[in-house]
Amino acid sequence: MADISLSGAPQRVDDIQSSYMAQVQRRRLYGGLTLLIFVVLMVSGFNIADDRNAGGFWEGLHQIGDYPADVLSEAWAKRADLPGLIVKYFPALVETINIAAVSTLIGALGGLFLSLLGTRGLARWPRLIPLFRRLSDIMRAVPEIVIALVLIFILGGGPVPAMIAIAIHTAGALGKMFSEVAENADLKSVEGLASTGATWSQRMLLGVLPQVAPNYVSYALLRFEINIRASAILGFVGAGGLGYELRNAMAWGPGRFDEAGAIFILLFGTIVFFDQLSSRYRNRLTEGHGQ
Amino acid sequence: MLNIDALTKRFGDKTAVDAANISVGTPTMIGVIGRSGAGKSTLLRMVNRLSDATTGSITYEGEEITALRGAAKRNWQSRCAMIFQQFNLVPRMDVVSNVLHGTLNSRSTLATMFNLYPQADIHRAIEILDRLGIADQAPKRAEALSGGQQQRVAIARALMQDPKIILADEPIASLDPMNAQVVMQSLRTIHEEDGRMVIANLHTLDTARRYCDRVIGMRDGRIVFDGTPAQLTTGVARDIYGAGADFSEAATSTEIETLDRQTTCAAGAYA
Repeated sequence: MADISLSGAPQRVDDIQSSYMAQVQRRRLYGGLTLLIFVVLMVSGFNIADDRNAGGFWEGLHQIGDYPADVLSEAWAKRADLPGLIVKYFPALVETINIAAVSTLIGALGGLFLSLLGTRGLARWPRLIPLFRRLSDIMRAVPEIVIALVLIFILGGGPVPAMIAIAIHTAGALGKMFSEVAENADLKSVEGLASTGATWSQRMLLGVLPQVAPNYVSYALLRFEINIRASAILGFVGAGGLGYELRNAMAWGPGRFDEAGAIFILLFGTIVFFDQLSSRYRNRLTEGHGQ
Repeated sequence: MLNIDALTKRFGDKTAVDAANISVGTPTMIGVIGRSGAGKSTLLRMVNRLSDATTGSITYEGEEITALRGAAKRNWQSRCAMIFQQFNLVPRMDVVSNVLHGTLNSRSTLATMFNLYPQADIHRAIEILDRLGIADQAPKRAEALSGGQQQRVAIARALMQDPKIILADEPIASLDPMNAQVVMQSLRTIHEEDGRMVIANLHTLDTARRYCDRVIGMRDGRIVFDGTPAQLTTGVARDIYGAGADFSEAATSTEIETLDRQTTCAAGAYA
């Protein structure tokens, strides 16, 4: 019968205690050293960066609130104009959202093919897996703004270059996320469909997509949020939409800060709105079928 | 000491615990029995305040437990230790660290981050492990231990809290009969030697009968029996489990001895 000893030999417990304490002390020493190295690196790195900085960090630090304060005070002084300005800039907002939506759709479609062609076990041409993977690496390695600048140089300003630029980046980013989901897909149904003589696209459509669809949609919604921000930023380099108006309002300095304020409100409101909307749908998709 | 008054918990339109009344005067070892889904776990989780009661109250020595919030609630949780069916240890940390988690309520997050437990606490943790017979395992990772050893680490963590009450939610349900006995015996010893109240959810009748001073039977969220093990007749047990006349106590048993008893009976019958 198992009887548990409630009075161990005291000598042995002492041994265990001292050896464990030694272990704890060693661990603390390593932890302390790691912390010390981290702090030294951070402080010295900061000092180097501060020396090279044109303005100086500490001299500039207290001015950090000046610009927002200017914008806010002017916008507040002209608050009566704000509703009118919001109405005025609403079409620009619609353009920004349109750029984001179209580029998310096209990018998600591209990402879908990149992911299926670049996942082991699913790929149409297994030998070309590295090719498709590197392709999606390159597509997400190049920032949207670089692609947009090149395209604007070729095609001229406007929403189309921005859309293409964001779609390329989205395809690369979603291709990576999608293929991680697809790697975990259950291959039994794919094998079952293959046994009936189904083609590759039929197997993917019926065997893989139903399994991965909730996760794919959830990632695509997350990407849509990110793309709204991206398309607003691309406006700064002449791609149209809200960012273009914001650059004009801000670059012309005091006097148009009320417009900048209105655009900020629009942008902030939109991002919050789509964030809430997509997080609700994402939760419903990943946690179970509509409750 | 502990008074549970008309405690009710509803999930949507389902009532998990229905107006439970329990009053405990002195530290006792109490076994709560019933089928799965009878509300045993929900009851214990409400006592520990892992989940909130819908209505009703729990009072401990005049203190209203159900009304505690924030730091006061966490302080109550440190005085009322809980042991789980799946042990709920941190698998990648060593055994002593897991036991030291019993002192987290009195530690700051920063001190926890840098693993700064006082030497006295570390020594006490190892002494508790020794009391439970697993001091040898002190430097190992919790995940490297067997189920029975892990459950004893969980008991050590509970003891490290120096609690007035130990709640055990199906402590032996995922253990083999041998380890189940070691764990139940440890809980009984803790009750007898330290005078702590132990409330254990058990789904086998004979365990409750063997180790507990008082048995509470639950069925569909209601308390249908509350008395000594001697008062727990087969008829009452059938009622608790909602079983028919073919129900026998041995059928729910996880004890080795019950099996022995059966085989000796059978052997006697054949002789």
